[in-house]
Amino acid sequence: MSDILDGFRDPEVARGLVDAIHEVAKQPCTLMEVCGTHTMAIAKNGLRGLMPDTIKLLSGPGCPVCVTANADIDLAIEMARQPGVTLATFGDMMKVPGSYSSLSAEKADGRDVRVVYSPLDSLSLAEREPDRHVVFLGVGFETTAPTVALTIREAARRGLPNWSALSLHKTVPGALRALVNDPEVRVTGFILPGHVSTIIGAQPYEFLASEYGIPSVITGFEPVDVLQGVWMLATQLAEGRAEVEIAYGRGVNVEGNPTAVAAIEEAFEPCDSEWRGIGVIPGTGLALRPGFAGYDARVRMPVTPPEPREIKGCQCGDVLRGVVLPFECKLFGRGCTPEHPVGPCMVSSEGSCAAYYRYTDYGKE
Amino acid sequence: MRADRILLAHGSGGTMMKELIEELFVAEFADEVLLRMDDAASLEFPGTRLAFSTDTYTVSPLFFPGGDIGRLAVCGTVNDVATSGARPLYLSVGFVLEEGMSVDDLRRILISMRDAAAEAGVRIVTGDTKVVERGHGDGVYINTAGVGVLPEGIDLSGSHCRPGDVVLLSGTLGDHGIAVVSTREGLSFSTDIRSDAAPLNHLVAAVLEAAPGVRCFRDPTRGGLASTLNELAEASGVSITVEEPLVPVNEQVRGASEMLGYDVFQVANEGKMVAVVPPEQAEAALAAMRTAPYGEAAAIIGEVAESPAGKVYVRTSFGATRIMDMLVGEQLPRIC
Amino acid sequence: MCLAIPAQLVSEPNDIQMVEVDILGVRRHISTMMAPAAKKGDHVLVHAGFAIQIVDEEFAAESLEMLRSFGIKTAEDLEAEAAGFDAADAAGTLAP
Repeated sequence: MSDILDGFRDPEVARGLVDAIHEVAKQPCTLMEVCGTHTMAIAKNGLRGLMPDTIKLLSGPGCPVCVTANADIDLAIEMARQPGVTLATFGDMMKVPGSYSSLSAEKADGRDVRVVYSPLDSLSLAEREPDRHVVFLGVGFETTAPTVALTIREAARRGLPNWSALSLHKTVPGALRALVNDPEVRVTGFILPGHVSTIIGAQPYEFLASEYGIPSVITGFEPVDVLQGVWMLATQLAEGRAEVEIAYGRGVNVEGNPTAVAAIEEAFEPCDSEWRGIGVIPGTGLALRPGFAGYDARVRMPVTPPEPREIKGCQCGDVLRGVVLPFECKLFGRGCTPEHPVGPCMVSSEGSCAAYYRYTDYGKE
Repeated sequence: MRADRILLAHGSGGTMMKELIEELFVAEFADEVLLRMDDAASLEFPGTRLAFSTDTYTVSPLFFPGGDIGRLAVCGTVNDVATSGARPLYLSVGFVLEEGMSVDDLRRILISMRDAAAEAGVRIVTGDTKVVERGHGDGVYINTAGVGVLPEGIDLSGSHCRPGDVVLLSGTLGDHGIAVVSTREGLSFSTDIRSDAAPLNHLVAAVLEAAPGVRCFRDPTRGGLASTLNELAEASGVSITVEEPLVPVNEQVRGASEMLGYDVFQVANEGKMVAVVPPEQAEAALAAMRTAPYGEAAAIIGEVAESPAGKVYVRTSFGATRIMDMLVGEQLPRIC
Repeated sequence: MCLAIPAQLVSEPNDIQMVEVDILGVRRHISTMMAPAAKKGDHVLVHAGFAIQIVDEEFAAESLEMLRSFGIKTAEDLEAEAAGFDAADAAGTLAP
């Protein structure tokens, strides 16, 4: 299998696709990707430089870490500060600044914050340390939400008394709708997230085509995958079509993964959610259902975090909507660096600003 | 430096550690030799020159596949002294033991240190030990300092790299970091990967003899190859480009890095050496590395260019060129 | 949230749907609760300790073949070629 996958990184294969893109993309267009992993893949592989002048690649709010609101991080931190609490989190969240602190700074201050790779690992942690209450910080879109949903189900099955989940999960389709309704955002086509679509399939994106006439392509993450996605989008535009197509066929079915979707629906219900720098987008959050209140950290661990505040000058919101390019932010490289991030876009492993900072020379002196 | 508290990130070998060292330690100590920021200090002594280096080990867990804190403590300082081109001779050792630590564990560590020292051909000649209360000290912290003799005419430094020079790496990247992280709770996965902790003074001596024009040696430890090459690029005011397909990496290290979202250029090593040599001596240096202990998988991995000064690049197998950035804080597993 | 890597099942899932997978030689236990049909030998995409999809190896190979052909001909080229072919056939000028 790994030799097949190497094929999707093969520069020879890519060359053919790049030529095909140049052939077909005669009209200027702006293609937005809404998955942080795409942001990284494009930056890491220098794909922007391979595009014809007619294609502008833009990054959207696809990094679930970046779009987590200050107030939500403050909430997680407040829970970590409670005596007897162990906060278990994905590594991605550690360095992201909230209003006053970050999980890694809290850890430096002596709070019990631990990084796990899988939410299931936090269950084992709770079983090994019955004197601690383990709060698992659930962040991520629909790729990750079912893993947390199934972990909640498993916690219930085992009757674990000392484990709960703080859900900060968000869903993608509603955010896409908010983006296309935003007058400042002008997108001609969407590069859709491959692994979110592994879960939800193609149907939830249909409205982009049917209501807004915007083409979209569900795309994978290897450089050849991204180029294929761009080619298919450019072809749709050239042919005047607007459909939801799947480029990432080896990872995505049209119907998605019904077992995973059922797991999400079992544990979660939609709620309003605040997207950092964008504001509240109705129905784009996932809250634990009342039936799982015993495993809902908001219920088990009611706390009052301090008033949230935004850092002056931070333009993460504009960067996340694709209105401003990372190096156009006044703080990029001056006052906001990966060592001392002001906002999440610079610190998150998938943030647009971090991608620019790490992989290009833009804005760095 | 904006942090007012020390964070774990300050110890990870990345940019925050560099900031701490430059803005606090070097700023306060401001010594001419210290300012060269080489791995070992080259010192004038009546009749001779010595190389002198120190390192402190805080690794957890104390025992991991392929080694333990003791082996690391000896090899780390031996290697640092060796990078100056000196022959390492003597080590001092200092221990901070945690109350309650197992005596058997301590004995295992000491035996490991004795064996590593014998392998390197160095003598442990002085030491000290203290005990701190339970809850401090992670079992044991070890400091080693090492001294060696610098042969006449040897003047290696990270600031000597020149455009056109060739960069060699003595073997596979990332073994130590992955071996250690595989034992960490919450990340459990199993691999056959063992730490590469090893004394490399014999390898360095062999390369020095085969390629006397070598500019410098550096061992990529915490922060990985990225930290090392960025330090060299900055010290020499040059640019370095690495060809990704040429860099030796074990399949399993690649697999673990993919799973955890790690950049293998930032993963720690404890038994690897980078050498920068003039192009006409590259083949000789490579041949010497490959026949030296721990150098079987050595390879030429890149070259030095004039500009942009201080920048390090990776030419990926895909053909794109990206920056090889230094680790910022700790390397954390990601799902995004 | 999109880091999912291909891995191969090296055992059959047990009664709580946990299974051991191999990622380039690295072994880990993951859950197949989201991919209940996965069996030993199958390839799956793994995210955060769960298999999220079975990957069809054959399909992947075919996709790659299709993409490889981009460098050689595009669909239009193939059509034009086919049209030229037919014309030559009709005129009896098709070379053997």
